[in-house]
Amino acid sequence: MINLRRTLYQLRFTNLAYWRNPSSALFTFAFPLMFLVIFTALLGRHTFMLDGRLVHQTTYYVAAMASYGLISACYVNLAMVMTFQRDQGILKRVQGTPMPSMAYLAARVIHALAVAALLVVLTAAFGRIVYQADLPTGMALIRFVVMFLVGALSFSAMAFAVSSIIPNADAAPALVNITIMPLLFLSGIFIPLGDHAPTWVAWVGKLFPVRHFAAGMQSGFLGTAFNWSDVGVVALWGAVGLAVAARRFDAEPRV
Amino acid sequence: MAAITVKGLRKSYGDNEAVRGIDLEVTDGEVFALLGPNGAGKTTTVEILEGYRHADAGEVSVLGLDPARNAPALRARIGIVLQSTGIDQYLTVRETLSMYAHYFEHPRQVDELIEIVGLEEKRDSRVTSLSGGQQRRLDLAVGLVGDPELLFLDEPTTGFDPSARREAWQMVRNLTALGKTVLLTTHYMDEAQYLARRVAVMARGRIVAEGSPDSLARHGGDARVRFRVPDGLEAPFGAASDGVVEVVAMDLARTLHEVTTWALANKVNLDSLDVLRPSLEDVYLRLVGEAAS
Ligand SMILES: Nc1ncnc2c1ncn2[C@@H]1O[C@H](COP(=O)(O)OP(=O)(O)OP(=O)(O)O)[C@@H](O)[C@H]1O
Ligand SMILES: [Mg+2]
Repeated sequence: MINLRRTLYQLRFTNLAYWRNPSSALFTFAFPLMFLVIFTALLGRHTFMLDGRLVHQTTYYVAAMASYGLISACYVNLAMVMTFQRDQGILKRVQGTPMPSMAYLAARVIHALAVAALLVVLTAAFGRIVYQADLPTGMALIRFVVMFLVGALSFSAMAFAVSSIIPNADAAPALVNITIMPLLFLSGIFIPLGDHAPTWVAWVGKLFPVRHFAAGMQSGFLGTAFNWSDVGVVALWGAVGLAVAARRFDAEPRV
Repeated sequence: MAAITVKGLRKSYGDNEAVRGIDLEVTDGEVFALLGPNGAGKTTTVEILEGYRHADAGEVSVLGLDPARNAPALRARIGIVLQSTGIDQYLTVRETLSMYAHYFEHPRQVDELIEIVGLEEKRDSRVTSLSGGQQRRLDLAVGLVGDPELLFLDEPTTGFDPSARREAWQMVRNLTALGKTVLLTTHYMDEAQYLARRVAVMARGRIVAEGSPDSLARHGGDARVRFRVPDGLEAPFGAASDGVVEVVAMDLARTLHEVTTWALANKVNLDSLDVLRPSLEDVYLRLVGEAAS
């Protein structure tokens, strides 16, 4: 219980530093919202067929940018911040105190989750107010929340895993983005994948977690099918991430 | 009681033997200084005591605990100022200390700490805006926040201006007045001499000398008597260079007597007479030079 108290207190400072750091506040928080506005403004008037349903492009992007927001907060930002903190010796300094490492890291994950939730709420509110997009309700909302939570924890675990592999802070922005950007494109986050996407793209979607995650998030907005297997694949990736992080993640840079 | 006991400590990085079997004992309540040139193994030793690195061989006990096994219990009772380490750039001085204060059960007052390290004017400034020396003061404050029994200071005053260094010294003295133990590493001889009750000189992974600053200085060899011989006089006691004679005084009273006898006989007033005692610095340079060759 004492750890919970420490985690909550730590959250306050993690939050202060988050909003004052341009890399997190601008790059990982403002980007998803900016993309949301741009994509819906440019492409929002169209409709298209998805899973045999007629779907509004705007609603599609509201769902997709909600997914992107979570990935941005829980994966991109967390992986970069942890690499920076490790390289600058901040983690080492914390390690030299009685603060349990787990309480410190838990505060980071909870904070990332809260930022992701904020991004999802802002995205949904924008979609609702500006484009009258449909929002998940009832059972769909519960399934949506499950996907959100599993996604937040899994992408956080993958962030720790990737950060443990990144050699130094200089390499962090490039390496984190290279692991995620292609997947965002190939998983229909930025450009909806039509029925005629090449088979290898479909395979990338099946193999990696982003497509599954986005599909789960979409269902509540678009009324498309919700598959628990999507949740399972994301959780599996999360578990692998956790295993790698548990073995490799360290408070000090490797030499 | 010994706050720190080290026996036969060894640590290698690959085939680089950073610490080659050292013994140390730091008594409760004393300031102990570890001196030595770059790469001597000071930081490696200190970080093993702090539980950051693991020894290859040897026994280590810090406050009765083994840092390799009991790091969590130990860290509630020690304060650590690392040689170089980062701190969140986006928090203010006060926020940083409040954050660290909550890591400890019985922390010191944040405002009191700010005063101790003299950062009152920077209380609400972001860490980014602090000068190097001010950041180092913040490091010190963070090291003190848990009100530790034992404080590790790895080159604490590097980057301090002379008055800040004096203040830091005063601060360390205040700590010892409260019965705290301090293990510090430094390159500054005057720092060791001013603060430490005992000093160990480390070179190439070994301890090459240990003792109180004064006893070490006495190890530096005999005092020397130096004076100027007026033009036209033949230099006594062997050769003079540029008219200056320097005599090694194995027995200072006898040497001075011989010099003054000669001076009276030759009507030399000896207004340039100096008695040179080896300083800790001389001893250090000699020891380190010997270790290197
Ligand atoms: N993490 C590390 N990995 C590999 N070698 C290291 C590491 N840390 C120190 N060394 C090596 O171990 C030796 C001792 O280093 P250490 O940092 O203990 O010296 P030091 O006495 O603290 O020096 P300085 O006065 O420069 O701080 C050096 O040869 C150094 O290159
Ligand atoms: Mg060092």
